[in-house]
Formats: sequence, structure tokens, C-alpha cells
Amino acid sequence: MLRVLEGGALATVQDRGRRGYQRFGVPQSGAVDAVAHAIANRLVGNPPEAASIEITWGGAVFEVLEPCVFAVTGADLGARLAGATVPLWTSVYARVGQRLAFLQRVRGGRAYLALAGGVDVPVVLGSRSTYLPGQFGGVEGRALRPGDYVRVAAPPRDLARWAARRWASPPTYTNVLRVLLCGDWDRAALAQPRQVGASSNRIGLRLEGVPLRAPTQSVDSFGVFPGVIQLPPDGQPIVLLADAQPTGGYPVLGVVIQADLHLAAQLLPGDTVWLMPVTRDEALDALREQRAWLASPIEEDDAFLSLAHVRA
Amino acid sequence: MSVWRFAPLGEAAWMARCELPDLALANRFAHALARALEASPAFEVLLGLRSVTVRFDPLSIEPESALVALQRICDQLEPAPEVVGHVHRVPVRYGGEAGPDLESAAQALGLTPAQLIALHTSQPWRVLMLGFAPGFAYLGPLPAVLHLPRRATPRPRVPAGSVAIAGGLTGIYPSELPGGWHLIGRTELTLFDAHREPPTWLQPGDAVLFVAL
Repeated sequence: MLRVLEGGALATVQDRGRRGYQRFGVPQSGAVDAVAHAIANRLVGNPPEAASIEITWGGAVFEVLEPCVFAVTGADLGARLAGATVPLWTSVYARVGQRLAFLQRVRGGRAYLALAGGVDVPVVLGSRSTYLPGQFGGVEGRALRPGDYVRVAAPPRDLARWAARRWASPPTYTNVLRVLLCGDWDRAALAQPRQVGASSNRIGLRLEGVPLRAPTQSVDSFGVFPGVIQLPPDGQPIVLLADAQPTGGYPVLGVVIQADLHLAAQLLPGDTVWLMPVTRDEALDALREQRAWLASPIEEDDAFLSLAHVRA
Repeated sequence: MSVWRFAPLGEAAWMARCELPDLALANRFAHALARALEASPAFEVLLGLRSVTVRFDPLSIEPESALVALQRICDQLEPAPEVVGHVHRVPVRYGGEAGPDLESAAQALGLTPAQLIALHTSQPWRVLMLGFAPGFAYLGPLPAVLHLPRRATPRPRVPAGSVAIAGGLTGIYPSELPGGWHLIGRTELTLFDAHREPPTWLQPGDAVLFVAL
């Protein structure tokens, strides 16, 4: 169990998201970076459906109230355990009384803190994910704040066994999102860099730059999903993310390829981003490569492991 | 001749859109397609007003194979019945503080507020789809006499329960939300509760009969 000392900019409980509730107007939600979340779970021995804590920007501080094994993946938010740098993409054993702090953004935008045994919050509509606009899921439908307790759902009996496991090939976060275009667009305007706008959040990335000419005709609302790039009348694209509503009426510029959606998750206001058109075959090759990478084995560091046992 | 048009949404989704000009009929086709696909675990289905977005894993089923399967299903579809679910009576307080746009909307339509209310309560409206926000039901289609474009400037906060019209449709805001529709009344009913199963009071295919208080 952890106690929240500081919530920071934004820390919420997330899992793989809600499926099958879009017909009721309920967004998918879940970890914006599903890849980093999934690897964090694997590192600490959790099943894929376990919840983790998504930390945006940084500033979150936790106090360890019970021995636990955790892993931080995704963004480098300057994580420190009892003052020492926390190795990212690695499971770590933490002792009672230690403080786990996320100091500030170094690289990427969203970090995932998984605890061996999973984060325990009530399941709402089939998921533990927090949906902030709807005020449900996670901890009372809100961000973590000082005084909250983060409980472990099913702590493993052989806790130390899950420490010192490492993901050998962390992803490189780039500012280029590969896109499958829907229709013909002005390629010269499309090739321009764009800035992630200040109002970007878990719902979407608002990209600001040379406006693209949006079609004038309105579209009957239709089903959309994370990765879809909407083009409102002002010509500034919006990349939908996990909390996006399941239907939309704006024309679609294109869709971020599945393999790059986790890169979009790591962008925050002020970042520069490029949209790069690719072909469907390139998208499928990239997805194949990502799946193979996701299936690669976890490295166990024996020297590190024995140390973890001593500490346990 | 097929009434369907198919467009890719990236490598992992197709949108099937019913091209029939009559929205009511096109929507019934979309419902029929959504229902036909629901049983298939390979597809995740998102219902639109006159379309269905179908998501799939492109490494499990090739995009072109998914399209062929989709086309085959579409070719055999009959439209869903006009109303398959319940007809819900929704009591509404029209005008005044509850419906601040009633008078301006009536004026824009060339009607008196009483005529607008009479038309709005004259028949049940079909739940065409839910979207925009949890529990927001798109109801209609409304007759041409009630067609109004959205307000030029959306409101940052529309109170929960607001009954509104825009774009040939009517709807009820399930919670406080930003919104650009014309607010003509308000209901006290709770439309969405995340802790209930199903979480919404209205389901696609139901119908709503507004009753003036």
C-alpha cells in the first residue's frame, strides 16, 4: 500500500480501458500509452487487466506503507526512491517508509507506475479506469490527491521474486506520428510542424500550426476511437486519445497508425509534432514489429535479484 | 445496387455508411448492421447516425478480408424495425429558465412557442444513437419544420436534463456539458448512472415521447 503525499499535475488509476460501453456514449478510457502500461504490468508479474497509476508531467509523491515491488515505464519523470534514481523499465523492491517521487518531466509525458498485485479500486462498467469528465472509475472518478491510499489488489506471496526484472529494449519516443490519411489533403501544409496546444489532455492532442483546409460539409456523427485525427472548421487537427467520446461529427484527416499511438501519448502541450503519411503496408509492418517486440522476454538480473531477496 | 459505402479509418477499422437519403431508414440499416456484427468477437462495433464503425485487429484479420466479410453482411441486411425497445415518456418543463432558447428557436422557425412545443410532443422520437457524452441520446429525425442549425456560439455549460434541438435532431443532456444546441426545456429524469447495468435509461432503438408539464 502507498499513501499519496502529492498528486502532482495529474495522476489517475488506469487499466486497459472499457470495452463494449461505447454504445452508451461511454469512452474507452484506460492508459493513454497502452504499451508502457502493459509492459509495467508484465515487469511486476501482473495480469494484463491489472490497473496502474498514470502520472502526467510529474510532481506526484508516494510514501510506501507496506513492502512492495513496483515498476515505472513510459516517460522519464525523474523518479526517485528514497532519493536515489529509479531505474525505468525495471521492477524495484521498495521498503516501508521510503518515498517514491516523480520530480519533473525529463523525456516523454506520461509514466506508468505498476505495483505487483495491481492497484485496487472498484470496477465501474467493466474497468478500473478513471474517466475524469464523467467523474467515475478509479478513485471516486477523480485524480489522486494527498491523503489517498493506493491499495494493492492481490499482493503476490513471493513478492521479492518480482523485483529486478528488466525490459531490455525501451522504446524511443519521437515527435513523428505516422498517419494513414483519409482522403486527399494538401501535402505541403500537412508536412509542417505543429505544436501541441495548451488545452490538450487525455481526450485529445490539439495540434496548432498552418491550418489545413477543412471540408465545409458537415458529417453525420459516426464512431471514432483513439488515434483518429479530426479536423474541425478552424483547420487545426485533433488527435483523439483514450478519453475521446465514441462518436464525432468532424471530418477525419487520417488515423495515427496503431504502432505509433503510444508515441502520441507521450506528447504534452508545447511539444512539436510532425504528421507523416505512410501506406497501409507500412502501418501493418510497424504493428507486426511492435507485437514481436512486446512478446520479447523479460530479463532477470540475478545479482540484482539476490540483493532484493536480502532486502525482503 | 448497394446502399453502403465503405471507407477505411486507418489500418484497423472500416466505416460502413448507409447512403440512403432518408435518415430514419438509413439509421435502421445501421442498427441492423450493428446487431449483425455484435455476435462476432473479431469486431468492435461503434454505431453512428447512419453508419457503423468496425474495429478489428489487422494482424488477426487482414483489412481486405474484414471488408469482404463486412460487405457480405451488408448485402443481406433488412432494416431494423422502427422501434424495437421501449417507448419512454419524458416529462418536460418547456421554456422559461428551463428552456431559455424556446422563444428564439420558435421565432427562427416561424412558429409560436406553443406550436413548437406541440410539434415536439406530437410523436415519439427514435433513439438513433448514443454518443457525444455518456448517456447522450440523439433522437429523431425531426420533421423539416423543426430543423435549426446549431447556435453560433456554444454554451460552455448546459445544465443536466436540458432538452434541446439542432440539426434536425433532438436530445437530452445527461449531465452538465458544453453544448451548441437550442435549449427548449428540461427534465428531472436521470439518464446516466455509471453504477447501473446498463448505465443508460435510453437504449438505441428505444423511443422517447416528450410530455409537456
